[in-house]
Amino acid sequence: MAVLVVADNDNAHLRDTTHKTVTAALAISGDVDVLVMGEGAKAVADAAAKIEGVRKVLLAESADLGHGVAEVQAATVEGLMSGYDAVLIPATSGGKNYAPRIAANLDAAPISEIVEVVSADTFVRPIYAGNALETIQSSDAKKVITVRPTAFKAAGEGGSASVESASAGTAASGAKFVSEEMVKSDRPELTAAKIVVSGGRAMGSAEEFQSVIEPLADKLGAAVGASRAAVDAGYAPNDYQVGQTGKVVAPALYIAIGISGAIQHLAGMKDSKVIVAINKDADAPIFQVADYGIVGDYKTVVPELMAALG
Amino acid sequence: MKVLVPVKRVIDYNVKARVKADQSGVDLANVKMSMNPFCEIAVEEAVRLKEKGVATEVVIVSIGPAQAQETIRTALAMGGDRGILVQSDSDLEPLAVAKLLKAVADEEKPDLIVMGKQAIDGDNNAVGQMLSALLGWPQATFASKLDVEGGKATVTREVDGGLQVLEVAIPAVITADLRLNEPRYASLPNIMKAKKKEIVTKATGDYGVDTAPRLTVLKVTEPAKRSAGIKVENAAELVGKLKTEAGVL
Repeated sequence: MAVLVVADNDNAHLRDTTHKTVTAALAISGDVDVLVMGEGAKAVADAAAKIEGVRKVLLAESADLGHGVAEVQAATVEGLMSGYDAVLIPATSGGKNYAPRIAANLDAAPISEIVEVVSADTFVRPIYAGNALETIQSSDAKKVITVRPTAFKAAGEGGSASVESASAGTAASGAKFVSEEMVKSDRPELTAAKIVVSGGRAMGSAEEFQSVIEPLADKLGAAVGASRAAVDAGYAPNDYQVGQTGKVVAPALYIAIGISGAIQHLAGMKDSKVIVAINKDADAPIFQVADYGIVGDYKTVVPELMAALG
Repeated sequence: MKVLVPVKRVIDYNVKARVKADQSGVDLANVKMSMNPFCEIAVEEAVRLKEKGVATEVVIVSIGPAQAQETIRTALAMGGDRGILVQSDSDLEPLAVAKLLKAVADEEKPDLIVMGKQAIDGDNNAVGQMLSALLGWPQATFASKLDVEGGKATVTREVDGGLQVLEVAIPAVITADLRLNEPRYASLPNIMKAKKKEIVTKATGDYGVDTAPRLTVLKVTEPAKRSAGIKVENAAELVGKLKTEAGVL
């Protein structure tokens, strides 16, 4: 059986979530192809061809694909599915936006955010905000699967797959792209970062968030995250939210500052290798999952931490 | 303009789900159940459209056990006009739910379907997109702002890296993200009024769609527990531990 992986990209760069999804795909089959959808995305396809274990790369390009129009993305994948038994898509907000459409059109049950491949038809996925893991077996001939990237190691580089063009799908879409407003940042991407520094409601204002969390993140070369409470209060942009309904991260080091540790937040970061919590409430639930905790006011602890890091 | 809002009865979001000892599922006996938080946001948005004079009728639909009536009542107390319960005693998969909702939409012919992006039990984040595909209507998922005017909806969406604005022709399917609005609490008079609003009960079989499961749940287990670590006295000690003991700096 052959498996198709859809690359996560921004038309210019291939994201590391793709490498992780390839690892999941290789656990299902040795025949793994990668589909790159975008516009002017040749460099992305060339990068995908270097992923170890990839058989070939398909490049489909159109303006709608460049803007990530879900109807057209789904139609493009559906056009290729006669040659594949499963399609694996990184569970980013972009992937989650179109993957279920493919499942509906193929009359298959979507298999969302797998964290383990047990066999070619059996997978493990978190439910109830990660408080339970279900092992499910699919009876569908064609499987549509999204993959939680943080649960898989990235496939290595060193491949030399060929790049072929594939036709971009067409779909009568009543949706029109108007504009986008992307957060500009030189920091690593939240879901791919080795270190994440997150701030919570205790920050009290957007200015405080920026003056406390961001310098520490920059010192550590870390990405910046936030709790839902901090995002809802407007202290940090929505894109920073770590949790059940935001981003799921699993960095080597996660530093939670002024975050109490609601279930929804823990669901998004509890698979981090090392967790540090700084909170003045010694009973905050975050300490129950933290490897290292400091009970104290972040206003004094963070400057000391900056000094100790040198 | 008619707005259809599907709502789901789920475990209350403040309750921690517990796995059954026999690994057959999550224990929901004697557990507080509530409307899925994203569905509440969808109901609120639909009611606001009505209050702005954009929508004329807000129809609530739920697929679930008899007790899902209570969830529909809650939505009616928030301002929905009438309800439809498609009663099902088995847990349906997203594909089956999408097919049933398509059948309801075919009958009701709404101009807009506003629904939560995800239910906090199955965490699939799939039904809205599937419903859009089955109906052949445009989708705008993960909405944080919605404006409806002149036969189209302008939707601000929360995407990787920031925000995107899409314009979708009506009829369309919109899925609500957390920041679309803050749902209201129903007032006592409105709760009383909701008791008199009509709820029609249907059976899944009434719609003639295939709701057979495609997935077999082999087991449900608890994730590996993380144990609490140690408290350190100060930042210098922390940095030392992170460098030598944890090796992450």
